Amino acid sequence: MKRAPKDQDRSHRVLSRRALLLGGVQLGFAGGLAARMQYLQVDQADEFRLLAEENRVNFELLPPARGRIFDRNGKVIAQNSPSYRIVIVPENSDDVEVAISRLRKLIDIPDEDIEKAMVDIKNSRPFHRITLSDQVAWEDIAKVAANAPALPGISPEVGLTRIYPQNADFAHVVGYVGPVSDYDLSKMENPDPILLTPRFQFGKVGFEAKLEEQLRGKAGTKQVEVNAYGRIMRELGRREGEAGGDMQLTLDADLQAYTQARLGNESASAVVIDCETGDLRAISSSPSFDPNLFVRGISGPDYRSLTSDPYRPLANKTVQGTYPPGSTFKMIVALAALEEGIVGTEDTVWCPGHLEVSGRRFHCWKRAGHGHVNLNESLKGSCDVYYYDLAIKVGIEKISAMARRFGLGIRHDLPMSAVASGLAPDKEWKKQSYDQDWLVGDTVNASIGQGYMLASPMQLAVMTARLATGRSVTPRLLKSIDGVEQPSGAGESLGMNENILRVVRRGMYSVSNERRGTGYGSRIVSEDMRMAGKTGTSQVRNITAAERAAGVIRNEDLPWERRDHALFVSFAPYDNPKFAISVVVEHGGGGSKAAAPIARDILLQALYGGTPPLEAYPKADRSRIKALQERLQREQEKAHQSSLKDQA
Amino acid sequence: MTYLSNNAQTIPSGFRKVLYLNWPLLLLTITIASVGFLMLYSVAGGSFSTWAEPQMKRFLLGLGVMLFVAIIPIWFWRNISVLAYLGAFGLLIAVEFFGSVGMGAQRWIDLGFMRLQPSELMKITLVMLLAAYYDWLPPEKTSRPFWVILPVVMILAPTALVLKQPDLGTSILLMAAGGGVMFLAGVHWAYFAAVIASGVGLVAAVFQSRSTEWQLLKDYQYRRIDTFLDPSQDPLGAGYHITQSKIALGSGGWSGRGFMQGTQSRLNFLPEKHTDFIFTTLAEEFGFVGAFSLLSIYMLVIIFAIAAAIANKDRFSSLLTMGIALTFFLFFAVNMSMVMGLMPVVGVPLPMVSYGGSVMLVLMGAFGLIQSANIHRPR
Repeated sequence: MKRAPKDQDRSHRVLSRRALLLGGVQLGFAGGLAARMQYLQVDQADEFRLLAEENRVNFELLPPARGRIFDRNGKVIAQNSPSYRIVIVPENSDDVEVAISRLRKLIDIPDEDIEKAMVDIKNSRPFHRITLSDQVAWEDIAKVAANAPALPGISPEVGLTRIYPQNADFAHVVGYVGPVSDYDLSKMENPDPILLTPRFQFGKVGFEAKLEEQLRGKAGTKQVEVNAYGRIMRELGRREGEAGGDMQLTLDADLQAYTQARLGNESASAVVIDCETGDLRAISSSPSFDPNLFVRGISGPDYRSLTSDPYRPLANKTVQGTYPPGSTFKMIVALAALEEGIVGTEDTVWCPGHLEVSGRRFHCWKRAGHGHVNLNESLKGSCDVYYYDLAIKVGIEKISAMARRFGLGIRHDLPMSAVASGLAPDKEWKKQSYDQDWLVGDTVNASIGQGYMLASPMQLAVMTARLATGRSVTPRLLKSIDGVEQPSGAGESLGMNENILRVVRRGMYSVSNERRGTGYGSRIVSEDMRMAGKTGTSQVRNITAAERAAGVIRNEDLPWERRDHALFVSFAPYDNPKFAISVVVEHGGGGSKAAAPIARDILLQALYGGTPPLEAYPKADRSRIKALQERLQREQEKAHQSSLKDQA
Repeated sequence: MTYLSNNAQTIPSGFRKVLYLNWPLLLLTITIASVGFLMLYSVAGGSFSTWAEPQMKRFLLGLGVMLFVAIIPIWFWRNISVLAYLGAFGLLIAVEFFGSVGMGAQRWIDLGFMRLQPSELMKITLVMLLAAYYDWLPPEKTSRPFWVILPVVMILAPTALVLKQPDLGTSILLMAAGGGVMFLAGVHWAYFAAVIASGVGLVAAVFQSRSTEWQLLKDYQYRRIDTFLDPSQDPLGAGYHITQSKIALGSGGWSGRGFMQGTQSRLNFLPEKHTDFIFTTLAEEFGFVGAFSLLSIYMLVIIFAIAAAIANKDRFSSLLTMGIALTFFLFFAVNMSMVMGLMPVVGVPLPMVSYGGSVMLVLMGAFGLIQSANIHRPR
């Protein structure tokens, strides 16, 4: 830079002046630091030395009691029970290895537990309590307590562990807790310090995971003075934690147990919802598993047998499983058509057993055809051709919009794991997903709940409840937290014309209560409990023209995984809907045979609040039902007794 | 007057350059680093190979870097300031996308033999750029709004990136050092008054924004501020560090417990005892005398640097020397403040003492610049 020397001198003077000034400020700051040093190290030295030397202050975390979970009647679903364990606080032990080897001479601890503990000791802060042995017998605890002076840092402790007294019944809904893993921690930014306690129990799946924050509570802290050997001299201060919130679910444990038993060993699921409030009364998915196995960490072989089972016991099929809804979807198509005024209730369609659409032949499930059918008959006999015809006239957009109004294809926000949103397809969706135009054939498939249509059993139950009430009933699982009632799911009116709804409900009534109705075999005969339902059978395979010509293979002759899904939705009582239900039996065959009887039995159980009288059943079935009732009761009692034994 | 027009024969050349090194500064640097080796040896419980040995190797490498930087004429460094700044800025952007994730923040690029933290590099290149800028700018323009906004942008662009990583400590350092160089260059008082006023406003905004959607800091950063204001609120989380650090420090007393006598078990309470919290070990083992001595040595570095800056008639050289001295000051002042509970824990190491490669090498390089300015100053 060419600058006049005078200019340069001036700017250098400015710089020097400011440099001295800044230097002065820095010196001043350093003086402040020195003053602070003097304050801490000279003025207050005695105090800190006291804190540091003779007696060290230790902080201990007091783990909060995890919130309990109850059913709607106050029956315990998840609670904490005391468990004895032996812990070590490494910083209180002069030599961890010596202490542990002495301990092992005293009581028997498996090698793998010690290995696990050594890893924990390495990975956590020295003041954390590390569990050496869990679920220790009382005699061993006494031995450890008696030899305490020889075992510095090691102490017996009473802790809490989670138990699920209802065993498998709520496994899918409530989920389970398990020891916090590094993976869990890696997903959290700045985790609660209590989570760093090795093997702290933490919600892994389901309700336990979704409401983890509220269930966990807040850890308390205890400040204690310990001497040089780590013995606690006195407690200096204590801040109590907060226990986690107690949760009450809308579920009914008795009904849940019955439902679970009734589904038996099928790969099936059922949802019972209260039409008035949206309260979920039972959410069952079978087969189930024992969540207690997961609490302390499940063994490898046990876990593999669960994951390799083709019936997928770990999946919560009620919300996670999505199925083509099959004929249970026909109500939606009927509602869309009626609302658009495209069809009158008495208009008929001719069903010859198939319909020709743009050169392709779509078959009715009934080969011979239904003849002339009106709306009521179309539901009662579940005529496919009637709905092909209707759907083509209404169009997919109106149908899908109606489906969403009734809670299909939208995600219901429930505190369970992996709640699926299903699918109510429309033109735009297909364009985006497949980059293809929507075809009339797609509409025809959708009209009978096949093709792209997908719904979870939860959504089907919600749909049925909305149909029964005309209100946008929203499912509710959490009834109250610490006694504070959560908002109800009764919902606003859907704004549907009541007459239209009545016609469709009447059709469902015919399905269940009139001869030749597809659900007639599984009806309720007590006058004030009559139910209205709809069967559904959804294909999981394509039936080729060749197979059709040779005669469609019967479900019984197919391998399990290629059989049709059986579905049934219904509500009862017809005149004054109280409960709605959906049942899906995976690869169960026909809806009327496989799903409807289960739905009927569960509904009756819910309506009567216990075992229903045999008079509710058709005369011919009563002896068979009686045998079934007795068998289920025996099974439930046996399960109950074995769980009592487990807890003892 | 350029260097070349300045009588070139007075600039030392070849090995004679070594004679013109600022020896007091170099010796002070070596002293501080040696204190670091001692402390790392002690913190590792008497193990040489854990931390002390790698640190020594880095220091030797650092000395090499320093000498190399020192013998290259200062005008070369001035000429590449813009490039250096842009390079560091590019690396900062690169860590945004390719950086490894460490401790919840994206901060470094893995070079294989060491991890490079571009934010460290930025601390020096920013000072270089600003010094070069004010060297180039005619002094009478220094306080004109446009010529003030330009360097502000140069400071804020990397600061924003670093804050996003998120690294609160480094962004504070960048802003303070950048502001310091502007102040030295003679920017009018009123600008600084305005910045301080709006800074107060920003602090208010940071607190107002908490738990709203446009929250300005991460939750853990707020929590650090909370625990700073009231350490007892979270005795086992972040407040734990401060409480334990104060106990260790205070218990050192006047003359300390003696080398290696700091009760190791208690120091195990401190998570980053070999990095950010190493000062507590020193203060516990050597007491007030030791801690005050280290502070004094640090301040001697600053004083010698300021003297060198004032003696140097070249504008770039003296701005650069002052800027680096200020950065160095901010390192230890912020670190000591946070360890002694005067400031929230923001994650700034104790320069030349804390274990860590990037900071060491960058600081040695920076001292090399000061030395180069000293060797090649107009005489």
